[in-house]
Amino acid sequence: MSTPAVSPPGAARAHRVNYLNERYGVASWLLTVDHKRIAILYLIGVTFFFAIGGIYASLIRLELLTPAGDVFQSETYNKLFTGHGVMMIFFFMIPGIPGVLGNFLVPLMIGAKDVAFPRLNLLSWYLFAIGGLTALWAVVHGGVDTGWTFYTPYSTVYSNSWVVVTAVGIFIAGFSSILTGLNFLVTIHTMRAPGMSWMRMPLFCWGMYATAIIQILGTPVIAITLLLVAAERLFHLGIFDPAQGGDPVLFQHLFWFYSHPAVYIMVLPALAVISELVTAFARKPIYGYKFIAGSSVAIAVLSFLVWGHHMFVSGQSVYAGLVFSVLSFMVAIPSAIKVFNWTATLYKGSVSYQTPMLYALGFIGLFTLGGLTGLFLAAIGIDVHVTDTYFVVAHFHYIMVGGTIMGYLGGLHYWWPKISGKLYPEYWSRVSAWVIFLGFNLTFFPQFILGYLGMPRRYHAYPEEFQVLNVFSTAGASILGVGYLIPLVYFFWSMRYGKDAADNPWGATGLEWQTASPPPTENFAETPVVTGKPYDYATVAEAALG
Amino acid sequence: MAEAARALAHEGPPELQHHFENLAAQKEAVSLGMWAFLVTEVLFFGGMFTAYVIYRESYRAAFEGASNLLDIRLGAFNTAVLILSSLTMALAVRAASLGDRRRIVPFLSLTMLLGTVFLGVKVVEYAQKFEHHEVPGPHFLVPHGLPPQSEMFFSLYFCMTGLHALHMIIGIGLLTWLVRRARRGDFSERYNSPVEMVGLYWHFVDIVWIFLFPLLYLLGRHTL
Amino acid sequence: MSDDSTHGHPTLSAYFGVFAALMLLTALTVWAAFQHLGIWNTPVALAIAVTKAILVALIFMHLRYSARLTAIVVVASVAWLAILILITASDYLTRSWVPIYQR
Repeated sequence: MSTPAVSPPGAARAHRVNYLNERYGVASWLLTVDHKRIAILYLIGVTFFFAIGGIYASLIRLELLTPAGDVFQSETYNKLFTGHGVMMIFFFMIPGIPGVLGNFLVPLMIGAKDVAFPRLNLLSWYLFAIGGLTALWAVVHGGVDTGWTFYTPYSTVYSNSWVVVTAVGIFIAGFSSILTGLNFLVTIHTMRAPGMSWMRMPLFCWGMYATAIIQILGTPVIAITLLLVAAERLFHLGIFDPAQGGDPVLFQHLFWFYSHPAVYIMVLPALAVISELVTAFARKPIYGYKFIAGSSVAIAVLSFLVWGHHMFVSGQSVYAGLVFSVLSFMVAIPSAIKVFNWTATLYKGSVSYQTPMLYALGFIGLFTLGGLTGLFLAAIGIDVHVTDTYFVVAHFHYIMVGGTIMGYLGGLHYWWPKISGKLYPEYWSRVSAWVIFLGFNLTFFPQFILGYLGMPRRYHAYPEEFQVLNVFSTAGASILGVGYLIPLVYFFWSMRYGKDAADNPWGATGLEWQTASPPPTENFAETPVVTGKPYDYATVAEAALG
Repeated sequence: MAEAARALAHEGPPELQHHFENLAAQKEAVSLGMWAFLVTEVLFFGGMFTAYVIYRESYRAAFEGASNLLDIRLGAFNTAVLILSSLTMALAVRAASLGDRRRIVPFLSLTMLLGTVFLGVKVVEYAQKFEHHEVPGPHFLVPHGLPPQSEMFFSLYFCMTGLHALHMIIGIGLLTWLVRRARRGDFSERYNSPVEMVGLYWHFVDIVWIFLFPLLYLLGRHTL
Repeated sequence: MSDDSTHGHPTLSAYFGVFAALMLLTALTVWAAFQHLGIWNTPVALAIAVTKAILVALIFMHLRYSARLTAIVVVASVAWLAILILITASDYLTRSWVPIYQR
């Protein structure tokens, strides 16, 4: 597929200079402009905030073991689900795959030395970290109780919690997201290696490109909205306060204009990972490359036209609701196209079931379930019945956790040999994949039933008849938590004791596998020249293995 | 081998960053990056324009009446000042691209001066609002003869012009940085991207004002 | 690489011409604001503002001499802003419409 560009053949592997060992010291990490090191910084950061969000989730599930609100007061419980949402969405999911896998892989996959703006990339990480720490400050000092959705006028007038500080933290992290998207957009447009046309680019890059479009167009609107919320709180402005002529529904329009596309910022990168995993572990060219690439961009565009489906019961015009409903059905189509193409790729492929593939298969099943329940919610009649119930909670967790997080873990496992130069233990990785899959379903499937039966979300007490399902859910959450801890342990373990990885342990196509594991700082000794089709498994010599 | 690669990377003009193949590629990337950033600014201000559109339709009389309380002479003067500053900025960019080193700093400085004049006028306007109790919040007094929703107009006025003024201040900061670099002789026919990029930013801020002026200052004049 | 702005620059007189046009249009919009044009006051003001913005973008910001990708980026930003404003406004504008079932 391309002229291989690997590190000097004679050098002993243990002493090969790579981006990890070229320089030591805290300053060499905190002042790095190497996209690969920045990816590691993001890995540390998002794992930290994921842990905080996970602690919140544990406390929520603890409270929900019993029908009575007997562990926390209702105001405290409000802070728990708000903290869970804010930490997970803004400081784990949105920065996650772009910051870790996107940063590490995009330049490698297109044959570039780095992203277009390496210093801006480092700034992105600092903004992410500062934003997260700002929100953490609010957490430590008592938290926010408005829900991650900050609906007005509660958030702007009545709430007695750290709304402004949290809003500032999210604002800063939003800037990080914008800069990351900008960097990827420019990198993909201007820095592809000679011969890498758009149609030869890996689908992971197409996914990151589509994500960048959303980050650039959408994030500024949440930024200004949060700024207005803060201004209203600090200066008593009344822009969203009915008592002063303001309209809370206007807040919701502005909020969801970003926050709906934001869920695609969270899922598009995972969809992009799955495309890579499916083709690699079926050892077959991906079926329908153009459709998958095009569907990513279609999702990016259509995602901006459906936000009102979060507002069906807000007092929004029925006619606007109808239009949003129809468009919401349409936005499911490109996602379905991906699932069809992956399935066609698997058909008659030489499928192997290593850990990344387990995650990919889990993703396809769970994302499909989550996506179909999204169609239920897009139908206004059903939505009116299940809105603000656990049905909605289950829907988005199927996509975000069953989907995105499994895609993230699948990608992390697949590219771990490239990132660290080490192999993780296959037995424990399969165990944790199954533990996660089973724990996840036990946690969230009961919630579909609970929601349909009428259990409202964001309540710390519930009618007795819902307890059994809630106990299942909490049990599942405990199992899921264990499932997440296992990889944390063995990834660390692998860095010290893991087997050394070959340059291309999976025998996969792609420029990132044509350079050393881990890569040298400048990625390639010589700029690669691309001459063949992507995912050309028929032609790739088996010599690529080992 | 790694050292050789790095040595290779440092060939080329000093302004070339190591990860770009050549200066043309760098310039293309920087330009696309700045335009993409301006896209984010369009949407950033756009959220407030949305609020303005909705509330103006809901509270037409209040908005028209409140708008007439703004000083149209100061607003028009500021518009002229900004347009002139866009001209001087464009001339600075032109000087840089022609390698006309003597003219870069004067044009940049003129732009900064005009920007400062703009901000000075805004300070005067804001001070007037404080005096007349037209600042939303606990000290707001509904102006005589106007509906109470006129406070909404002033909320949007302060938020929109305030954010615009903040962008002006940042712009003046960027111009200061450019003047320092220009004095050092950093810019030439071959390399003048920073001047051009700051120019794009400055013109964008001007465009925002081009819309703010009629929407805030002029919408009610026809009722007078 | 594809783009370089050396294939065209505005002339000096173009810059001054745009400046003069912008000043004239400003005077025009102030004058028009005081005229009783009924529902046309707003469209006229917006049309003048849009014209000024286009002049600044094309000539001062060199959009006329830039790559096609740049123009696409600019159009996208305006289009997205239009989506935000128009769809939000369509909610408010259609709230009072008679519900279907009553017809």
